[in-house]
Amino acid sequence: MTRRFAQPTLRLTESQYATIVGNCYDGLPDESCGLLLGPLSAGGQSTGLVSEARPCRNVDASAVTYTVDPRDMLAAMRAAEARGDEIVGVWHSHTHTEPYPSPTDVRQAVDPGWMYVIVSLRDQVPMLRSYRIRAGEIAEVAVELDRG
Amino acid sequence: MAVEIKLPTLLRAQADGQASVSVDGATVGDVFSALVERYPGLRGNLLDDSGSLHKFVNVYKDDDDIRYLDGLETKLSDGDVLSILPAVAGGA
Repeated sequence: MTRRFAQPTLRLTESQYATIVGNCYDGLPDESCGLLLGPLSAGGQSTGLVSEARPCRNVDASAVTYTVDPRDMLAAMRAAEARGDEIVGVWHSHTHTEPYPSPTDVRQAVDPGWMYVIVSLRDQVPMLRSYRIRAGEIAEVAVELDRG
Repeated sequence: MAVEIKLPTLLRAQADGQASVSVDGATVGDVFSALVERYPGLRGNLLDDSGSLHKFVNVYKDDDDIRYLDGLETKLSDGDVLSILPAVAGGA
């Protein structure tokens, strides 16, 4: 079902895509995570644009859960602020399951404005999907790869 | 003494859309009291029912997590910066 908050399209450069997927493989057997930085619209809404895909430490060091290291989040917040951007989303890997938000992902989703990117490493080819999560509702958003 | 509090995007709607707020107080607890008095909508996001720091929130005084300092009793100096960060977590 298409929900009205299933927007905007997430636009990643090839380099950002490689950073995200590479980070997910590097973290195996544990889940990996990172933050997406980018500009907001004048009205404070996500634009779908990403200025940086920033790998973070998973302090859980777990194959089934992740928690972004708050020190990495603080650094990301400062980096974003320095160039007039914001943290606009987070990615994490699902090492053995589909690229769809788990009940834990939904319950712990902090910001309805964020993009929640999930990379599944279950199959031989990685699958990257993006979602918005608001009040327990999940909406998949399109992902476009800018091949520059 | 004036302290700057940086708010994550999630909380700005409860603070008139501001990314940072200047508040007076000698401790983190004092500053939070003043902050939620000015913006009551922030209370539930920062503090639990017992008045302790919410477990899903991290607060840094400059580069230090206040949980590893003195929590809400952490003393502040003029010009300190408090950063409020939501805990970002999930799992398969």
